Amino acid sequence: MGGHTSTYVPTSRWGKWFDERLPIARMMHGQFVDFPTPRNLNYLWTFGGILTFCLVAQIITGVVLAMHYQPSASGAFNSIEHIRRDVNFGWLIRNMHAVGASMFFVACYVHIFRGLYYGSYKAPREVLWILGVIILLVMMATACMGYTLPWGQMTFWCVTVITNLCSALDTIWQGLGTAIVEWLWGGYAVSGVTLNRFFSLHYLLPFVLCGVVALHIWALHVAGQNNPTGLDIKQPSDSVPMHPYATSKDIVGLFAFLLLFAWFVFFLPDYLGHADNYNEANPLVTPPHIVPEWYFLPFYAILRAFTGSFLGIPLGSLAKLMGVLAMFGAILILAFVPWLDTSRVRSTKYRPIYKWFFWLFAFTCLALGYLGSKPAEGVYVTWAQIFTTYYFLHFLVVMPVVGLIETPTKLPRSISEAVLGKSKGGTAPSGAAPAAAE
Amino acid sequence: MTTEVDDTNRRDFIILAGNAFVAVGAASLIWPFIQQMNPDASTKALSTVELDLAPVKEGQAITAMWRGKPIFIRNRTKEEVDAANKVDVSNLPDPLARNDGLPANDPATDANRTKAGKENFLIMIGICTHLGCIPKGQAMGDSKGDFGGWFCPCHGSHYDTAGRIRKGPAPRNLEVPPYQFISDTKIKIG
Repeated sequence: MGGHTSTYVPTSRWGKWFDERLPIARMMHGQFVDFPTPRNLNYLWTFGGILTFCLVAQIITGVVLAMHYQPSASGAFNSIEHIRRDVNFGWLIRNMHAVGASMFFVACYVHIFRGLYYGSYKAPREVLWILGVIILLVMMATACMGYTLPWGQMTFWCVTVITNLCSALDTIWQGLGTAIVEWLWGGYAVSGVTLNRFFSLHYLLPFVLCGVVALHIWALHVAGQNNPTGLDIKQPSDSVPMHPYATSKDIVGLFAFLLLFAWFVFFLPDYLGHADNYNEANPLVTPPHIVPEWYFLPFYAILRAFTGSFLGIPLGSLAKLMGVLAMFGAILILAFVPWLDTSRVRSTKYRPIYKWFFWLFAFTCLALGYLGSKPAEGVYVTWAQIFTTYYFLHFLVVMPVVGLIETPTKLPRSISEAVLGKSKGGTAPSGAAPAAAE
Repeated sequence: MTTEVDDTNRRDFIILAGNAFVAVGAASLIWPFIQQMNPDASTKALSTVELDLAPVKEGQAITAMWRGKPIFIRNRTKEEVDAANKVDVSNLPDPLARNDGLPANDPATDANRTKAGKENFLIMIGICTHLGCIPKGQAMGDSKGDFGGWFCPCHGSHYDTAGRIRKGPAPRNLEVPPYQFISDTKIKIG
């Protein structure tokens, strides 16, 4: 992988014997010990490791919860309370899993915005980036199905709304959408049958996720990591071995993240949930105001922005289909970013005009998140439509156009120059040998 | 020479035929795994429900269950029926009746959404055609929306007194299930 040859030397006779038959220790050593890592990675680069931790933590706590959970319409709601009250340490493991889902998305969104800011999607990392978009989609599907399992009012109606998105296909071909929805439900409405199959898939998808994550890391180690300058590693002094330099930084980042994680687990386990979810699912009553979990809110706002008219343009009976297409399009458009961004420079650090648009885009996502939590009426709808418009304009217009018209600021000649220039008060001895990187 | 060409053709045929068998075999093996997720026999068996509407007084509404779905039954007041009749059908967002007991192209007149002689009873599947929430408007004190019928709080769809979509993202009128009056006050849904 990545043209980097492992310097692994087996230290025992048994190690040598094994290495000749299955060189897994050689591969791990080459990829995760002496792998060349840019010497200027900042703390935003610790989120890859944090995300790996989150995935493993979700799988371990999830497997334990499945030992105590009952995936049936009559048992599900009570079994969650049974886990929280009766099972030894059930309160802890359940909180870790529920809070863990939110923390997983926190880390994931930081990771995505870091990639967008430093141009980590640009050649030769396009496949790496697209695998990341696939991971995001699988994560969302997993989270959505997992959210069904407590079988409360909010989860029941969120699932109803999300699965009903498919019925928008009826606009294209009468009956197609309804057939798909009934197939997903296994009935004519969301029921215990639906709960059972979602439980099965919720257990399956994390392992699919593991597979795609393995490909993501493989692709990362072919191209090598991007870094805050966006420059390639050109000389040995630009990089340091992954261990102990990057790994120790990863651990500091992970511990800081775990402080936040633990604070929620121990002090605010229900803060990110909804009170309505402590009512058992009732197919005859919809809660007055349904909202998904916070990490879906920006996409939910985009879905709801398409009412009868969009910024004065009448949509008529197409509104539903367009809302659904826009919501999925908002995620899928990320896959095209490597080709939508026309800039020659990777890192936004050296892009004086795009920098402003980047932060406007970040603000747009936060604003959509806020609007998604508000009822779909009055001024909220108008603002959601304005921000939805910018969300798509950012990708379809700003990225291609700004990349062409902008003159980037002067780039450092190498990663070493960028790092050493800063540490020596701006006077970079060009081509200086980095003695520190031994 | 000819033998070789012959051989090649025979091999092509065998490969094509072999691949075709694999494709058909794979498809017929996958089918049970897809079909198992569709509504099962016990779900389909609950297909008819009988109800007595005598206790539902004018202005009252009840909600019944049919196939796991809520059925809205409202005994409409004269004003509500008149309001529904006054609407120009061609100006509606969805001009079709959406009545399972009528042909698909029938217009969304109030008469086409009820039974002749029982126009006061409006019987519909109480599921918003947008994303499947249960609209408000059945209980006393519920918001009935801008058109006096039903209002879906999820994404703001307003239905009128004939259950027709008037405002909001829902694409279709509320669906009228197949039902009939089996006596003066009793109905059978399904």
